[in-house]
Amino acid sequence: MADDRQPTVIADNAHIVYRIYGSVAPGANSPLASLKRIVTGKKSAAVREVHAVKGVSFVAHKGEAIGLIGTNGSGKSTLLRAIAGLLPVERGGGIFAAGQPSLLGVNAALMNDLSGERNVELGCLAMGMSPAEVKEQAPGIIEFSGINERGDFSSLPMKTYSSGMSARLRFSIAAAKKHDVLLIDEALATGDAKFRKRSEQRVRDLRKEAGTVFLVSHSEQSIRDTCERSIWLESGVIRADGPTDDVLKEYETYVNK
Amino acid sequence: MAQTAVADSDTGPSLTELARSHGLTKAGRLPSLPEYTRHLWSYRHFIAAFANAKVSASLGSTKLGVIWQLLTPLINAGVYYVIFGVLINTKQNVDNFIAYLCAGVFVFGFTQSVVQAGSQSITSNIALIRALHFPRASLPIAVSLVEVRNMIASMIVLVAIVLLTGEPITVQWLLLIPALLLQTIFNTGLALFVSRLISKITDIRQLIPYILRIWMYGSAVLYPVTFFAERVHGWQLRLIEANPMLIFIELVRHALMENVQLATAAPLLWLQAAIWTVFVGFGGYVYFWRGEKGYGRG
Repeated sequence: MADDRQPTVIADNAHIVYRIYGSVAPGANSPLASLKRIVTGKKSAAVREVHAVKGVSFVAHKGEAIGLIGTNGSGKSTLLRAIAGLLPVERGGGIFAAGQPSLLGVNAALMNDLSGERNVELGCLAMGMSPAEVKEQAPGIIEFSGINERGDFSSLPMKTYSSGMSARLRFSIAAAKKHDVLLIDEALATGDAKFRKRSEQRVRDLRKEAGTVFLVSHSEQSIRDTCERSIWLESGVIRADGPTDDVLKEYETYVNK
Repeated sequence: MAQTAVADSDTGPSLTELARSHGLTKAGRLPSLPEYTRHLWSYRHFIAAFANAKVSASLGSTKLGVIWQLLTPLINAGVYYVIFGVLINTKQNVDNFIAYLCAGVFVFGFTQSVVQAGSQSITSNIALIRALHFPRASLPIAVSLVEVRNMIASMIVLVAIVLLTGEPITVQWLLLIPALLLQTIFNTGLALFVSRLISKITDIRQLIPYILRIWMYGSAVLYPVTFFAERVHGWQLRLIEANPMLIFIELVRHALMENVQLATAAPLLWLQAAIWTVFVGFGGYVYFWRGEKGYGRG
């Protein structure tokens, strides 16, 4: 595919293997078996490998929003974590990205003992903003998250928030910075309809600012609304990659089979 | 229908070349040490904010709040004084045993809490690590900064104790600053080292309390340093006297108190302290940096 669009993320034959320690068959973790392993120096018994992503290749360009769809356990979140550089890609392939992709997931915790305001400050600094930028952006972030709609919640500890509220705040923090590549894992699925609309608008704005957005979601509606291109991943293999409408149609026939 | 077809195996290299030609970097690549250090420096505000956040999160639920930073060392010193100064009389020939004991307890406590908190700095912040990109060394360094604050509080208590027990203020007191500065760098290196080690081998956390206890007994915290010279000789004595904690404690006692019997001459102590600081500080940093890309894996 020869074109002059600027690629931002390239996956070249990426394989991702999880190595899980300690999850072994019953009996293999008994004290005697552990001792035997230590004495014999054998390691393999306690390590299980899960081949989550099997040879994925694609090119993502500047200004694109790409939806990742697939049934549970198909390797979508794993792929996102590998793009973010949190999981290593096996030898022989690689994932390349412009700048540092930021992963935004619903389970991305901040510090629950601290107030929303201080979490905003901390989160922004952790994304590499300067203190001056933080001061400038913080009110906007709180406002966008809408946590103050029912009274002054931003000065209360985050542990008092409902799960929807804290997900909204986390999304707002991550979306405050202009990312070259923003990876969103199911984040739009939380929050009420009002917030969902606002966040979809924000994703569109981020794209206009020339970033690339990857969105993992089980909500076909939010994929349809935000992404014009989709990649369908099944058992770690790309089944389809193309315009969202086409891919979703194929996916639906597969799921409803 | 597909714009970008699933690449065949023979187009593989060209994708990698395409990535190179557009200056994309490989995900999960380890930055060089100078690059990493610059990156870390640009996150200094985050480190400071994170350290502050940790203090307010831990003291936020108490009624006395910051006062605990002063109360903790006081209670600590009181407990050790009752046990080792009154019940088991380990004073021997030390003139001012209370000050002597407190200097040891506080200086050792500084390193002890850095090791304890540092051992959890990666494992307890795994969600933060997985969510946001920042140089991971920020976390153990922030831990070390938190403990510097606690250390300053306990040094205020120590100075008060030293003055109340009749020691004069001398120019030598100024030596306290470089001694604690060296110890801070030493501690930071240690926190970096321990945090990576424990993120890889979680079992070691179970051993930390015992290691710290043995270390404390080997650092002449609770009894005079001459205790060792009377009991062990030769290489064993040299080994004990090379203990960095013993060296830092000696330096602080030497700075604050008159007529303190040192294990080694003061200039030699300073040299040893500097060597330990460079070795552990730099070594810990390099060791942590080498693991930078693996911390989110968990």
